[in-house]
Order: sequence, then structure tokens, then C-alpha cells
Amino acid sequence: MPEAAAPVLDVQGLKTVFKTRGGEVHAVNDVSFSLRPGELLGVVGESGSGKSVTMMSLLGLLPSPPAEIRHGCVMFDGKDLLQVKPRTLRAVRGGEIGFVFQDPMTSLNPVYTVGMQIMEPLRKHMGLSKRAAATRARELLELVGIPDAQRRLDDYPHQFSGGMRQRVMIAIALACDPKVLIADEPTTALDVTIQAQILDLMLGLREKLGMAVIWITHDLGVIAGIADRVLVMYGGQIVEHAPVGDLFRDPQHPYTRALLKTIPTISGERAKRLTVIEGQPPLMTEAPNACPFRARCDVAFDRCAVENPPRYPVGPGHDAACFYNARTKGPRDA
Amino acid sequence: MLIYTFRRLLISIPTLLFIAFVIFMLLELAPGDPMAQMPLTIPPEVKEKMRIALGLGEPWYVRFPLWLKQFFIVEPQYWIDSTFGTNFADGKQRIISFQSRSPVFDTIAQRLPQTLWVVGMSYVVGVLIALPIGIISAYRQYSVFDQAGTFVSMIGFSVPPFFSGVLLIVIFSVQLGWLPSIYDTTLVVRDWATFKQQMLQMVMPVMVLALQTTATVSRYMRASMLDNLSQDYVRTARAKGMTESVVVLKHVLRNSMIPVVTVIALGIPAIFGGAIITEQIFKVNGLGQLLILALQGSDIPMVMTITFLLAVLIVVMNLIADVLYGILDPRIRYD
Repeated sequence: MPEAAAPVLDVQGLKTVFKTRGGEVHAVNDVSFSLRPGELLGVVGESGSGKSVTMMSLLGLLPSPPAEIRHGCVMFDGKDLLQVKPRTLRAVRGGEIGFVFQDPMTSLNPVYTVGMQIMEPLRKHMGLSKRAAATRARELLELVGIPDAQRRLDDYPHQFSGGMRQRVMIAIALACDPKVLIADEPTTALDVTIQAQILDLMLGLREKLGMAVIWITHDLGVIAGIADRVLVMYGGQIVEHAPVGDLFRDPQHPYTRALLKTIPTISGERAKRLTVIEGQPPLMTEAPNACPFRARCDVAFDRCAVENPPRYPVGPGHDAACFYNARTKGPRDA
Repeated sequence: MLIYTFRRLLISIPTLLFIAFVIFMLLELAPGDPMAQMPLTIPPEVKEKMRIALGLGEPWYVRFPLWLKQFFIVEPQYWIDSTFGTNFADGKQRIISFQSRSPVFDTIAQRLPQTLWVVGMSYVVGVLIALPIGIISAYRQYSVFDQAGTFVSMIGFSVPPFFSGVLLIVIFSVQLGWLPSIYDTTLVVRDWATFKQQMLQMVMPVMVLALQTTATVSRYMRASMLDNLSQDYVRTARAKGMTESVVVLKHVLRNSMIPVVTVIALGIPAIFGGAIITEQIFKVNGLGQLLILALQGSDIPMVMTITFLLAVLIVVMNLIADVLYGILDPRIRYD
């Protein structure tokens, strides 16, 4: 990927808060990242780290209330998606940015045919006639590898298996040739063989269609195989950002290191038990004024409890939000 | 689906026969004497002869098949005769009311229009008001509109028609004098003036009954919409760039209608039962009033026939609800 290419999507200082009866939950805190054309950006973190909420905030897909986007800007195609009119935003959703969700069993409307659900964005965004949309829908189903596509257009979601439904979801997301595809844990709900098929399919499609992809997962193994760059999220913020090779070779944030240790190996000691990160991710009831990971961190010191670390650059295209310098084995200056 | 419907229709025949038998035996076992309201001066032996003349001297296993024959064979023949001018019935014995000594079906035919105009109209009005209220209340949950809707539903549930009806009469007939308090069933709609009069006299009973329908249906609609609005497929529809009206009125509404259709369909037989209390208050002589008077007078053929017609309607509406279910929800296929 050429470093210099202008980003297709540029997010700055995004902050999303949920207002609940028990107070506010700060789900996304000052998240900034950019996505270059054609690259695959992996986003990892455990459940509740704010991965999905971040991505849904970009397109205004969170129900409001309770969600509220406090500040930030999301530059896409010269527009700030957080400021544009609902009409413009709708044209981007499904048109220029496609979304694939986690659970294919519930993400399709059970009472409409699959064909109708694929044709909906085609007719709206591309202004296709019914006949043209039907032809394109058949091509899309063939593209995502659904056999007997013509006949299956008239089938309902319950007549498809989980993996096939996820293929349909991908077909819907790809319908209007999007510039960006956001895949929110697309394989989590599927069993491992289907997972591998979907992964292959997505990689093949990316090669063929050349769109940029944001791939959210909690599976580092998946990320290692497909991503160009990786964002590691914790407590609603980005704690480490690195090209995929650097992340696995030289992780700088203690959370990333801990995550990498949890990957089980088949070649290691047989008696060895699964490694876990002790403790629970924090519930962000107020804006972070300290490092969110300090309670579970093995290198935390005084400063971590009074200040939230900014993202320190630690290499080319690599930064980590930690006061501890893993290379010098000591506190970072300034 | 067609086969299913046909099969269900076939199954409903024994069901209805059984219902008819139960109603008949209940009436047979119930206390009460059709002769009770005859003057005391009539000697007992004459009364006994009158009882035998009404057919009450026969045992139940004679009278029940006779009623079945009259209901399913003779009455349709009379109906065909009066419609097409044929002569199938050939003077056969019809079901006769003990009280009025006129055919039961003629009386029902006289009363049905009043009931349909007032109670039927109130149901249509109630449902038409309830559906948008339910949809908007759910879409804007906890908004002022939703709170107001909840309040109105609470009133509809908790205020009985004998209170709201009288209250309306006091306000609009007695105080303001805008609307007539008595429903004039002799009124024939001939021109604009009589049409206006018919509308005016319908307003209050329709409002009283519509309030109750609205309360029930809007609650069901709201709950069902709320269930569906939080589903994942709604997020998918939004992520596809659909407008809010498409998301709500196309994707969510069709899913939400599935349980509501049952509630609406099963409410329809109640219309034909008439709204007994409301009919009493506004002096509408509909089916409800007819049934009450027949019960009081131990008019067994009348009670039996009206009750059985209601049972038929309930069975039919159940079937219609199930068929609509299958049409709305492709996951339900009966074949």
C-alpha cells in the first residue's frame, strides 16, 4: 500500500456516549484512525471494547437515544458524515459504504425474499429498474458463491443455512460497489469450516473489487492472515496501531502482548493451560482520566492511575498508548 | 395453503357440530321455563299443551337433530328461495322463536343492520385509529405522544361503557344538545338529511365502543412494533440506506402485524355478539339486546341460533387469522 495515498475514510476524535438510567457509558473515547484505499484494516479487542460501536457511529447506525456522538469528525469523500443531512448519509450507507453484521441468522428480514432484500439498495442507490436489479442480484449471489442463484432469489432467509445467509449479507453489502466495506465480526457466529470459506470469499472479493475493508474481530489468528494494518482497542480507545507484521513481531502495548499470549498453540507444551488475561474490561462510566487497562496491567505504575496515556509513536506507522516503554523496560519520558 | 385451508374447513365441521351439541345440552340443563311469562290465569293443563305444541314434549335426541336439520337445510333453502324466487323449502318448518312466534332468522336479519352499523363501524374506526397510534407510540417510545397514547389506552381499558356512554350523553345530548341520545332504528337513509341524522346518532355509541377497541389494539401494536424495532434486520435495513419510512412501514410493520392480525380477527365475532351494555344505553336494538331478551324469556331456539352463529364466526375467524399468518410470515407454511 502506498503510504501517501489520500485516505478514503478519516476519523478524528470520535467520542460516543450512551445515556442510560444508571448514568453515562463512555463507549468510544477520542478514537482517530484512517483507512487508505484498498487496504484491509483489522480492528481487534475483546467484547465491550468499543469496536462495533465505533463503526456504527461512523454511519449513524446507533439508536439515538440512548447513543450520542459527542464530538469528532468522519471525513469520507470530502464530507463529514457526522454533519451531513440524513439524506446524504443514507446515500452513503449501503451505497458507498457496505456493512456486514455479526449474526446472519437475525440480520435478514424473515418475511421478505432474499432477492427483494438484495434488490432494495440496488433500486434505491443505483436507480435500477426491477428487471435490471433482479439480473444484478443474481450476479451478486453468484459472486458470493451461492449455487442455483436464479432460483434462490425467491427463497426466504429461513431457507438458507447460516453460512449461506452470511453470503447473502455480503452480497447486500457489495451490491452497489462500495468504496469501503465494514465487516463487524462477520465470521464469529459461524462454525470454523464455514468461517474459513467466508474468509476466503471476502479476500477474493477484495482482490477482485478493490475496495477498502475494515474487519472487526476478536480473533487475532484471523487478523494475522488477512490484515494490512491493525488497530487494537481497549476501553473504547485505540491502544495500539501497527502494520500487521510489526504488531505480531514487536507489540508495544501490554494489552496487545497479553492478547498475543492468549493465542493457543498446538506445538507448545501439551500440559500448558490456556492463557487468560485476568480481570474484566472496565465499564466506562466516565470519561477516561487514567489508563483503562491499568487494573489488569503487569507493568502499570503511579502515572497510569492519574493520566490517560496518549498514543506515542514507536515506529513507522506504529503507535501505542502506554507510559511504559517496552524497549527500554522503563517509563517513557514526557 | 389452499389444501390447508380446505382441510381446516373440513375439520371445523365436527368441531361445530360438537359446539352445537354442547350449547344445546347446556340450554337443556339450564333452569327456566318458556311458559314462565304466561299469565297465571292459564290453567296448568293448557300450559302443558302449549309446551307440547312448542315441541318441548320431545326428548333431546329428537329435538337436537331437528334443530340441526332446520339450521343447515331448511333455513338455507328459505334463503335461496327468497333470493332467487325458487321453491326448495316448500313450506317446511323453520326455526321459530318461542317469544315472538316468528322465524328466528327473520328477527336476526332485522337486528343485524343496527349492530353492524354501530358495533361494526366502531370496530373499524377503533382499529384504524389504533394502528397508527401503536406504530407512532413504538417508534417514538416515551415521547409525549406515546405517553398520551398510553393514558388514552388506560382510560379505554378502565372506564366501562356504562360510564363513558352516560357521560357522553350528559355532555353532548343534555348539556350541549348536539347529538341525539337515542338511536332511532326506524330511520331510513333516503337523502342527505337522513344520512346526516344517521351519522349524528351513530357518533356517540361508535366513540364509546371504538375507545375500547383502540385501547386494546394499540397496545398490542405498540408492543409488537417495539419487539421488532430492536431486531438486527432493522439495523441491516438502515445500513442499506433505506429511509425511515421504508424501514418502519415496510420492514418492521409487516413483521409486527403478525400477532396483531390474530387479535383483530378474533375480535370480529364479538361485533356480531353486539355490545350489550352500549346497545342498552343508546337504545340500539341490535343483536346484543335480542340475545339478552331471549335469555330472559327462555327463548331456546333464539338463544341457540344466535350463540351458534357466534361459534361459527369464531371458528371462521380463527381460520382466517391462521391463513393471514401464513401469508404474512413465510416461515409458517402449513402444507
